[in-house]
Amino acid sequence: MDNRVTPPNSLVSVRNLSFSRGSTKIFDNISLDFERGKITAIMGPSGTGKTTLLKLIGGQLFPDQGTISVDGENVHQLRRAELYNLRKRLGMLFQSGALLTDMNVYDNVAFPLREHTHLPESMIRTLVLMKLQAVGLRGARNLMPNELSGGMARRIALARAIALDPMIILYDEPFTGQDPISMGILVHLIKSLNSTLGLTSIIVSHDVHDTSAIADYIYVLSGGKIVGQGTPQEIQQSDSEWVQQFMTGAADGPVHFHYPAKDYVDDLLSSGKRY
Amino acid sequence: MTDFLQYLGQSTRISFAKLGRASYFLLEILAGVLSLFARPRLLLKQLYSVGVLSFLIITISGLFVGMVLSLQGYYTLSDFGAEESLGVMVAASLVRELGPVVSGLLFAGRAGSALTAEIGLMKATEQLSGMEMMAVDPIRRIITPRFVAGLISMPLLAALFSAVGIIGGQLVGCGLLSVDEGAFWSQMQAGIDFKDDIINGVIKSLVFGFVSSWIALFEGYDAIPTSEGVSRATTRTVVNSAFSILGLDFILTALMFGEH
Amino acid sequence: MQHTSTQDTFVGLFVASGIIGLFFLAMQVSNLSSFASEDSYTITARFENSGGLKIKSPVSAAGVKIGRVTDISFDPKSYESIVKMSINSKYNTLPDDTTASIFTAGLLGEQYVNLDAGGSETPLKNNGKIEITQSAIILEKALGQFLFKSAEEKK
Repeated sequence: MDNRVTPPNSLVSVRNLSFSRGSTKIFDNISLDFERGKITAIMGPSGTGKTTLLKLIGGQLFPDQGTISVDGENVHQLRRAELYNLRKRLGMLFQSGALLTDMNVYDNVAFPLREHTHLPESMIRTLVLMKLQAVGLRGARNLMPNELSGGMARRIALARAIALDPMIILYDEPFTGQDPISMGILVHLIKSLNSTLGLTSIIVSHDVHDTSAIADYIYVLSGGKIVGQGTPQEIQQSDSEWVQQFMTGAADGPVHFHYPAKDYVDDLLSSGKRY
Repeated sequence: MTDFLQYLGQSTRISFAKLGRASYFLLEILAGVLSLFARPRLLLKQLYSVGVLSFLIITISGLFVGMVLSLQGYYTLSDFGAEESLGVMVAASLVRELGPVVSGLLFAGRAGSALTAEIGLMKATEQLSGMEMMAVDPIRRIITPRFVAGLISMPLLAALFSAVGIIGGQLVGCGLLSVDEGAFWSQMQAGIDFKDDIINGVIKSLVFGFVSSWIALFEGYDAIPTSEGVSRATTRTVVNSAFSILGLDFILTALMFGEH
Repeated sequence: MQHTSTQDTFVGLFVASGIIGLFFLAMQVSNLSSFASEDSYTITARFENSGGLKIKSPVSAAGVKIGRVTDISFDPKSYESIVKMSINSKYNTLPDDTTASIFTAGLLGEQYVNLDAGGSETPLKNNGKIEITQSAIILEKALGQFLFKSAEEKK
């Protein structure tokens, strides 16, 4: 990727990012832009480091090379207090929900408010109920996290993520493992939150169908590189064989069905050794 | 041979790296102690799960250890016609050694393993990471209150252990066996020094509380976030705490009681 | 909120019982109650040899512990050992001609100062001196003398 100019509307911009874990290169000099007020999706097969990208944006991991700036601030050059201030404006929705298991739904949503504000309890109650109402789970406020279904846990986590009215929400695989109804609810929620609260959303997903339905712009990652980018329509019509395989879900193509191995016949006939 | 040397070198390096991380972790815990005073409720909650929930096992074990000590001591002492010294023997063993050490070991098994498992699972379920993304420092919010609770609970538990043990020893010695109650207490009071024995016992239990809470919390925080990783970390907590308590006990005893 | 208040109660009970345990150890088990709270006065005695006497060794009279050794120093002029003792104020009637001797409790036990009251009417005062002293019996010396003597006799 080149040192292209940052578009004026870019809220999060990633420049020449390289990151490796051990000897595997997870990102190899990639640059991405996430526009203000838009829903941008990062897609790719499992294991391409999509979650890692979110952790890099949140300042939980450090890149080997390159910079990431959020709202004009270089995430990895901030001091600790500044980073924590930035994080207050970032909401992150973890795949597992990451609800605190020792407190109920109400206290979970109230958690960031209690930690970061000195609002009176009556005000917190109003805010929590508003956020819970937004995700449709005001009635579940007294349940404990282990009493929630996966979809409900994710909606509660979403209510918690928007508790401090952030400017950006990072969604980590929001659709994975959801039944069609919860999936529909989540798709609707992400879309409506984005438009009503004026949020910028970054979605990491490998779910082609639902993500293309709500995303404004899509990056497709594979092997540490960007293999395709554009609006959902452009991606659908991409002439890249790889992108086509990913979008249609063909079993074999540029991405092979088999994990790299030595020749099948040789492997079967070589007796004696266990591996 | 070279394989072995390589393995040795590698594992030494890994151990030192771990010690380094653990030390840094401890500094971060200590840095958060002051801010804990602003939120005493966090500490109270942990005192409950670390201290109150260990209360029963500590008092019951203390009672039995005291009773056994009394029984065993009686038979040995009566060979020398020194049954009257039973009180001082039971009290000295409990206050100097068994109180801090056994309650430290029980604390590592009861509270330490629970802490490791709790923190490890919080890590595995991304709760710690989630807190970080909510701009809440998990060390300050989660780890420090637990550490301070361990530090406060341990001397109290050790004192309870010794006190209950001495009462148990007295019940057996003066009730079941025929030691004179007056001699039991007076010999004890003559033989046990407040500063040398009681205070040193309290210092020991403070050190053990410090070390085993540190180990338990670090193992949880440093655990590989899978079910196997957490289970291994829990085992390591119990093993390492036991080793540290026994090793430190030797050093502390040599320092405290060596000059006499 | 009901839940937290029971939790508070339990924590309170726990801390209270721990402190009671510590208090029990201090007052009932150790010697704190017999000394710390009471007044004492100091007396000094010079010994030719204070043997294995240590700071905190007991001081007793007629077999009863009445105080302890607080300081042992060497006098470079008279080449004697100066032993300071703190005696419980309850026992302020010791006469000024009291004899101090260093005894050993049992054959191998620890050494202590034994005070034998004399017949004088005036009691010892604070910072008073005991004039008549008997040094520690040094086991090695006694044994050596005994062996030497028996060797002489055999000649």
